[in-house]
Amino acid sequence: MPDAAPLWAAVVLPAALAVAAVVTAGFDAVLSGSAERGPAGSLREAGLRATAPLREALRLLVQQPRRTTAADRLLGRLGVVLVPVAAVLAGAVLPWGSRAVSDPSVGIVWFNAMEALAWAAVWLAGWGANSALSLIGGYRFLAQGLAYELPHMFAITTAALGAESLRVGDVVAAQDGLWFAVWMPAAFVVYLLSALAMAFWGPFEHPLARDTAGGAAAELAGVDRLVFLGGRWLLLVVTAGFSVPLFLGGGHGPLLPGWAWTLLKTAAVLALLVAGRRLLPTLRMERYMELAWMVLVPLTLLQALFVAVVVLNR
Amino acid sequence: MRALLDDVIFWVLALLAVAGGLMVFRFDSMARATYALLTSLLCVGGEVLLLGLDYLGVVIVLMMTIEMAIMAVFMVMYMMNPAGLMPMTMLHNKQGAAAICAVVFAVLAAGILLAPWPSRRGRPPDDPTMDLGLSLMGPQMLTMMTLGLALFATIVATVVLATRRGRYDRFGDDLKARRADDPVRGGTGR
Repeated sequence: MPDAAPLWAAVVLPAALAVAAVVTAGFDAVLSGSAERGPAGSLREAGLRATAPLREALRLLVQQPRRTTAADRLLGRLGVVLVPVAAVLAGAVLPWGSRAVSDPSVGIVWFNAMEALAWAAVWLAGWGANSALSLIGGYRFLAQGLAYELPHMFAITTAALGAESLRVGDVVAAQDGLWFAVWMPAAFVVYLLSALAMAFWGPFEHPLARDTAGGAAAELAGVDRLVFLGGRWLLLVVTAGFSVPLFLGGGHGPLLPGWAWTLLKTAAVLALLVAGRRLLPTLRMERYMELAWMVLVPLTLLQALFVAVVVLNR
Repeated sequence: MRALLDDVIFWVLALLAVAGGLMVFRFDSMARATYALLTSLLCVGGEVLLLGLDYLGVVIVLMMTIEMAIMAVFMVMYMMNPAGLMPMTMLHNKQGAAAICAVVFAVLAAGILLAPWPSRRGRPPDDPTMDLGLSLMGPQMLTMMTLGLALFATIVATVVLATRRGRYDRFGDDLKARRADDPVRGGTGR
């Protein structure tokens, strides 16, 4: 059972998540760079590539925001700001070692609710600009949500079922001996897929894809763009990080303290997702929809049934 | 101190919820109306959390967010003037509606003020959500389960009846086609 973290953890959390997001973006930039322009020749070149996202962020800070005609600025701004806010709020139930900023008795449902907020936020951001392409991007993410959300919910329900609790701390405690990823592999894989889909990143970046000139982010420039795209990286870090307490045993591990294991495991999951992205093309939603509902939903239901039978016989 | 804080949160959420509900009818734009409604419902979720019903409160936030995000699509699709670029009103039968609202409000408020509320006996349970669920549907659990199945079957049946392309369109009259004849290729490749 995690202890309550001190109050300053609430201040540190957004900063820690932001640092993790910058590092992840840097790693992705290095991989992208070597895929597009060949391996970095010198250490300096590699450093330049790794800091490209930071320099882009600084550039966006001073860039002029774009105004569009008859834009719904209230809803658009709300959507843009909600993405990082929802990511940080979801991160509040992430346990670091044996401590989380907050460990409510319904932490898993809270996490899911905050994801849903981010889901609505992307549509708002797409709607706000009064531009056809960004609206298409917003609608694409709604469709994407319908595809990934059901298997995702079943996957996290399975983890909660295995621990017989919706409290994240209890889920971690239940994995003292055996990680859930070992005896719930289907739920774990589905969770990783939906983590990518939730962050509308990698193979699931269709809502922001190039064929719609950037989709939901098409008309965003300057600070708006920084907040929105930065929020997306935060979402990726938080959703990837949440797979650690759900399936990878949280802070459990030999020798090292809990927080170090959490950090290591989160970094491993993020590295897997970022490197795995290069193997998959961008998925169209109607394709993933059919896969999700015809294959993943039955699969996760069977997984949940298996876990339920195991738990009943315990 | 704790009680005072609870009072403040209650009133802030209550006022926001009512204001959000009012704005649904004030906004021209369907998108804004939908998200004003969502604001109102999120505040209600906050009030439920304040009652100590953690699970119900967070589920209200989760369900209503998903529901309103989907509903915005339909509101924009079906209503005239989706983006609020032209004047329109959401109000019909203004006087009748106002009268009904006033009467309902008065009856509910009178009910709150006049009901003989029992004073607390014992202490609150550890898991109020569980107790609430048991007292709501404990004896009728079988009815509720049957009702849930019937509702779900209705949803599936409605979708089956409403869908334009069924399996005979996709796999031929004898259902023997190896690949589905779909307007968009892809998916699981059937």
